[in-house]
Amino acid sequence: MVTHSRRPRSKPIGLQKEPTGISGFDEITRGGVPKGRPTLICGGAGAGKTLFAMEFLVRGATLFNEPGVFMSFEESEEELATNVASLGVDLNELIADKKLVLDYVFIERSEIEETGDYDLEGLFLRLEVAINLVGAKRVVLDTLETLFSGLPNEATIRAELRRLFRWLKDKGLTAVITCERGEGTLTRYGLEEYVADCVILLDHRVNNQISTRRMRIVKYRGTSHGTNEYPFFIDEKGFSVLPITSLGLTHTAPTERVSSGIKRLDTMLGGKGFYRASSILVSGTAGTGKSTLAAHFVEAACRRGDRALFFAFEESQDQIIRNMHSIGIDLERFVKKGLLAFHNARPAAWGLEVHLAMIHKEIVDFDPQVVVVDPITNFLAIGDDVETKSMLTRLIDFLKVRQITGMFTSLTSSGHDIEDSEVGVSSLMDAWLLVKSIESNGERNRGLYVLKARGIAHSNQVREFVLTDHGIELIDAYIGAEGVLMGSARSSQIAREKVADVDLRLTTAHKERELRRNQELYEAQLVALRGQYEAEREAILRELDDEKARLAMATAQRGEIARLRRADNNDNSDFRIQENGAKKARKGTVR
Amino acid sequence: MKTTPRKSSRRATNGHAPQVESGEPNRWNLRLYVAGQTPRSLTAFNNLKGICEEYLKGKYHIEVIDLMENPTLARGDQILAIPTLVRKLPQPIRKIIGDLSNTERVLVGLDIQPR
Repeated sequence: MVTHSRRPRSKPIGLQKEPTGISGFDEITRGGVPKGRPTLICGGAGAGKTLFAMEFLVRGATLFNEPGVFMSFEESEEELATNVASLGVDLNELIADKKLVLDYVFIERSEIEETGDYDLEGLFLRLEVAINLVGAKRVVLDTLETLFSGLPNEATIRAELRRLFRWLKDKGLTAVITCERGEGTLTRYGLEEYVADCVILLDHRVNNQISTRRMRIVKYRGTSHGTNEYPFFIDEKGFSVLPITSLGLTHTAPTERVSSGIKRLDTMLGGKGFYRASSILVSGTAGTGKSTLAAHFVEAACRRGDRALFFAFEESQDQIIRNMHSIGIDLERFVKKGLLAFHNARPAAWGLEVHLAMIHKEIVDFDPQVVVVDPITNFLAIGDDVETKSMLTRLIDFLKVRQITGMFTSLTSSGHDIEDSEVGVSSLMDAWLLVKSIESNGERNRGLYVLKARGIAHSNQVREFVLTDHGIELIDAYIGAEGVLMGSARSSQIAREKVADVDLRLTTAHKERELRRNQELYEAQLVALRGQYEAEREAILRELDDEKARLAMATAQRGEIARLRRADNNDNSDFRIQENGAKKARKGTVR
Repeated sequence: MKTTPRKSSRRATNGHAPQVESGEPNRWNLRLYVAGQTPRSLTAFNNLKGICEEYLKGKYHIEVIDLMENPTLARGDQILAIPTLVRKLPQPIRKIIGDLSNTERVLVGLDIQPR
């Protein structure tokens, strides 16, 4: 009956998509909503349908220069303008610039009496007026179902809605139609039957008193799309959908190494520290210095000139800065330089997905090279193991793709086996440092192991881990006959060994002195003996000479007597032989 | 009896200022919104005229607004359905949608007959 609105139907040219300009949405739909077709947004009360629709128009008008018409069946123009003003959008300005038309359709059931056949041509005409006013390319109908409650004769409304969708399509308008979600159905009045091209479901779930908004593309005819539930949130900048899914294992692995910030730890890690873009897990019981390790890592990053982002879920920024200052790590100067930023939030502030979304957003905004999440275990308070692991997997993948080195601290409760209570994420990590509190002899000491470091020839030794006023120091633990000793036990063992050393040194010196003394003694004795020998020899020689003289004298006397008595010569020869022997003996002693 | 012929009403009404013509009390000021000369519009107009002649003879005024010619007027009276009959006077405003073929309901809707 109405002919003016019928235009020759344009031939479909593949499926073109219209970017909505809504953060993240265009990524998950790979381009936006179907161009020139209606899209159905369904969801319960407070799911964000109106906001989504409004942002679709506002972004269209501001980013893509596509004017739009917002036909509201629920809120008046003033209410809409006020609501959107809180998101920093001035609707009145857009209206004045002829980029947007708001049309409030008010239906009061009690004022209306049905007396026969009717159609909704009035609605069509109003829409057309509004569309022509600004040359609209985008149309929002929020919420069409009001028609069902406001007007009698459902069959007529259905027929007219079908006509409306066709009409919108024929006009080539990209439309967003919001719908209330029904019990067990997508929409209360089954509108998805008519809008068959693209159906998006918004959901607002409360789990453990924490609400999470999620979006799912139920249907998107003729195109591939993500089928997951995507978390989204609404903040002062509007709607953000977070296309954070597991991105797979296609990231590149750089060979560059980054320092852990602790020299000895770098030494334990093959002398050079961690790989860039690797993920590092630091786990340990309470108070073992996990955050301090993270602070060292961050400080080292900032010193290199890297940008670092610290997600703290336990402490405020000031508290971290103060505490790290007390051990000689000055983080404040890097904050002032803009190299370091903190993001502090209580885990219970949002749902898991929103946290991930926030982290995602902050990382995109700050563009860091190093990220610390301290601690990841707090997420277990708001999600179960599977959810937490899934979230961390996506976070790690995201970091890897962006070539960000991530350090995650994890609190292990002392009751559990330290090596399997790591939120099941240790397998995702490239390196794993374990900080362990070791109790013995009535004191606690910290020990640090490198439990795993993929691709790094790492030390297998336990190092004692000491917090000093100039940061963390790693000390070799005492390993000896007494076992592994740490803390005061190590000190006392070392002291004991020192004492033993001194003793040994004293004994040695004593022995050396004794040896020297003996030598001197024996040498003195040798000298004395020689003197004695010389003396005795002298005496003997003298006696010998005397006796020789006497013999000679006696011989001479005897010769004289013999000469006097005229004796034989034989006796003379005997005397000469004896004299030669004495001469020989004298020669030997002189030598 | 006084009717403005269809399509002749070009008065720009904002929908909130009922045209009360001076003098006559109990004046029924009715406005019929149509969109083009469709059979349904004609039926509605004829039905309305018949009812008025029968029940409101001499004290009514019908203004027909063709939204096809004046589409911007739809907004003022919050018109969606076509045809819609708006009782501007007497107050309060009442809306009757459809081709007015159910006389009983038209009379109830216009408060001519008690509900």
